[in-house]
Amino acid sequence: MSRTSVILDVCARLLFHTLLVISLYFLFAGHNRPGGGFAGGLLASCAFCLQYLAGGRTAIQSIVRIPATTFLGVGLLLAAGAAFVPVLQGGAALQSEMIKAELALFGTVKFSSVLLVDSGVYLVVLGMVLLVLEQLGGEDGER
Amino acid sequence: MPGSLVGVVLIASREGVPLLADPLVPLLLLVLAAVLSPLLVRGLGARAFHLLAIAPVGVLGWAMANWSAVADGSGPTRSVQWIPELGLAIGLRMDGLSFLMVNLVAGVGALVMIYAGAYFDEGHPSLGRFGATMLLFAAAMVGLVLAEDLFALFLFWELTSVASYLLIGTDDRRAAARSGARQAFLITGAGGLAMLGGFILLGEAAGTSSMGGLVAEPPTGAAVDVAAALVAVGALTKSAQAPFHSWLPRAMAAPTPVSAFLHSATMVTAGIYLVARMSPAFADVGSWRPVVIGTGIASMLIGGYRALRQHDLKALLAYGTVSQLGLMMLLFGVGTPGAAAAGCLLLVAHGVFKAALFMIVGIIDHQAHTRDLRHLDGLAQRWPLAAAAAGLAAASMAGVPPLIGFVAKESALTSLGEVGYRWGPWLMGAVVAGSVLTVAYSARFVWGAFGPVEGAQRPDMVIDDAPRPSIGFAGPSFLLALVGLSLGLVPAAVDPVVAAATESIWHVEAEHLSLWHGFTPALVASIVAFGGGSLLFVARRRVERLQSSAPRLPGSQGAYDAIVKAVLEVADAVTAVVQNGSLPIYLAVTISTIVVLPLIGLAGDVVLPVLVVADSPVQVVVAVVMVTAALMATRARRRLEAVLLVGAVGYGVAAMFIIQGAPDLAMTQLLVETLGVVVFVLVFRHLPSGFVFPERLRARPPVATMARLVTAVGSALFMLVFTLAATGARSAPSISSEYLTRSKVEAAADNVVNAIVMDFRGFDTIGEITVLVVASLGVAAMVRAGRNGADGSHDERMSR
Repeated sequence: MSRTSVILDVCARLLFHTLLVISLYFLFAGHNRPGGGFAGGLLASCAFCLQYLAGGRTAIQSIVRIPATTFLGVGLLLAAGAAFVPVLQGGAALQSEMIKAELALFGTVKFSSVLLVDSGVYLVVLGMVLLVLEQLGGEDGER
Repeated sequence: MPGSLVGVVLIASREGVPLLADPLVPLLLLVLAAVLSPLLVRGLGARAFHLLAIAPVGVLGWAMANWSAVADGSGPTRSVQWIPELGLAIGLRMDGLSFLMVNLVAGVGALVMIYAGAYFDEGHPSLGRFGATMLLFAAAMVGLVLAEDLFALFLFWELTSVASYLLIGTDDRRAAARSGARQAFLITGAGGLAMLGGFILLGEAAGTSSMGGLVAEPPTGAAVDVAAALVAVGALTKSAQAPFHSWLPRAMAAPTPVSAFLHSATMVTAGIYLVARMSPAFADVGSWRPVVIGTGIASMLIGGYRALRQHDLKALLAYGTVSQLGLMMLLFGVGTPGAAAAGCLLLVAHGVFKAALFMIVGIIDHQAHTRDLRHLDGLAQRWPLAAAAAGLAAASMAGVPPLIGFVAKESALTSLGEVGYRWGPWLMGAVVAGSVLTVAYSARFVWGAFGPVEGAQRPDMVIDDAPRPSIGFAGPSFLLALVGLSLGLVPAAVDPVVAAATESIWHVEAEHLSLWHGFTPALVASIVAFGGGSLLFVARRRVERLQSSAPRLPGSQGAYDAIVKAVLEVADAVTAVVQNGSLPIYLAVTISTIVVLPLIGLAGDVVLPVLVVADSPVQVVVAVVMVTAALMATRARRRLEAVLLVGAVGYGVAAMFIIQGAPDLAMTQLLVETLGVVVFVLVFRHLPSGFVFPERLRARPPVATMARLVTAVGSALFMLVFTLAATGARSAPSISSEYLTRSKVEAAADNVVNAIVMDFRGFDTIGEITVLVVASLGVAAMVRAGRNGADGSHDERMSR
């Protein structure tokens, strides 16, 4: 751990949450602006990579205790489930529905059921990178 | 999940189908119970099985409630659209034969669940999964016998195989359980695939996949001959008939509730059921009758003979099951209504007595910790209830009056005496020979399990103080034995069911059953069987010695082992060639495939577009940077250097995207490149840092260097030509404008890329992320295996 760069460490701390928030923005904005689940998931993964570079595996383990495989499973289930739900309602698979709502402070909010599939993609991408960091990364304290 | 099931039921009732007369109800009931199983087991332990038995009891009630309609020939029906484009539907109906089978499955299923509650010790690790799989199996089996459509039947058929695989492998830490599960799945699965081929041929020939339609107007022709043979293979593998029977004795590695439920009463009778259904259509087709009857006789005799040698009580019963299934195969293969009626009755009788016997073996195994009949001493005095149940069930198996097994065997012999073709008497002779063996192994079972000890090789292993089983443990088997007795005393109780079943197969009125037929040839045959069987039993030691001294013929198990070994050897040889571990060769193969295959398509006319050098000067700058980075990457001596340079090329591509006005693509490209570099760096920790070793470079023959050069330059040139040709080959207007308009209207999205990815091509996306998940899990497993490999443990072939 002695070779940990203080600058990198501080930058990682500063950027991590910002990157995560932006990744979520990508996820939600994807329907109408550049972004989407894939890009959002990639950005979130980048945030975790930065943490990994600064603090090794311990840094990541102190942030997420959920195993990476859970991300993969939940993501896939979410995407496939969201695709299948319209079938139970008598529609076609992946049929999307649009819900508009007036929320205080936010104004009009459009919510498309596609967002669920998008979130699934987000989680799968993030899970994959976390798994790679977990498996390919070195032992604790080793970078 | 439970919520959506309720939703389906609500949809069902909304369409105006009365809930009770809907064949989906039993399926949903069992699936619902299966979903609840892990939760209940977590709360209640093994006692949850008593509660879960409500589901099969409910199915039993559902079937009974529909009995009068079934008897009238107007049982519940329902058709659910499956793949309308292919004309596939899941058609369900309950006629007489289905009613008989549903009752068998649900009745035995309920008792087995109660029995399982006592069989398993508390704290068994996978009880929730076990209960769920048992109930899912029951659902699949009920679906199988309710299916009216060939392909729906196939679907349920394969589901029962999968459930059987999981259930045999319940104790997945035992090698015997794993290999037994695999053998059962490979054999029944291969048979299932052959059967699917047969179904497709049949469906094509007949123009319908409805079983009722097939039997009403049987198709003819050479294709139908082949189809009949393929369907027969499916049925024979599933019902463990010679020469495919080896999986059934191996499946005895399963917990006993599984053996009692799947491998005696229900799943193994699926093949019999299929033969019964198909026999009116196939009776005179090609080789159907000789094949089915021949295998039936062979299995009956081989199974009975092998049962006389087994010391493991469970293996004895397994071979006995092979034998009994052979008799049923023979009866349905004969293809007369009388024989079919006898077969239906035998289905019921066998399910009842064999499930009871398996339960008894499970009790012995659980209480005495051995199933070896040489080590059990005098259990009859201490376990009167279990001994009585075993005696009654075994007597029914041997065909002793007044039990249901006797009535079944009498009607079998009578019907074979009346088949009307010239080899009828030979069939009767074969059945008598089979019955002699059956009587002998039935007696051997009861005497070995409950009689005094004999032939113990190690006296210290003799068990004579096993604790008495609880009422809940012995009760189900006793109940089944009583059912066998009462049905034998009052055959009229089961008569209408058998009659309805026969009628649903042959559409003729069946003869009525009775306990006493008078002095008929069949009775004489039975007496001969008792006499011969008793002689064999009295001389049991000599028979055993004779069998063990006889030369071992190459058997079914040996053939299976040889085939599996050969397949693995071929796979090893192919893998050694195709996956030789050299990354440069993998790359060369991949790249030359990419280059060569599309070239064949391009070989015709290539229209080059109007070439534009650059839209803006910035593009030129970026291009120069990219080309320089790429050239430097080829000269790099260290891996990290190369990756960073390739990454620079990637960033250049992103810059190009921005210049072209595609921020979406640019952003994704940037992120992927960044992550790619990080992942590469992680991988490099496991590799030497430099990838060109000077000493190897010098030793490399010039041909190899040339080959590398040609591959690299060739692929680059190809990509250039391909890109130009693809741009120039546009003959139809671009679809992007159509998507641009559609995304607004149909997906309500302003971002057209996202609308395409998530909406219009959503299935592709789901497929892609599935691949992503599978690939990452595979990579993780491989990395882990590689790490363990350091101490050599990964070399062990765990699966063999």
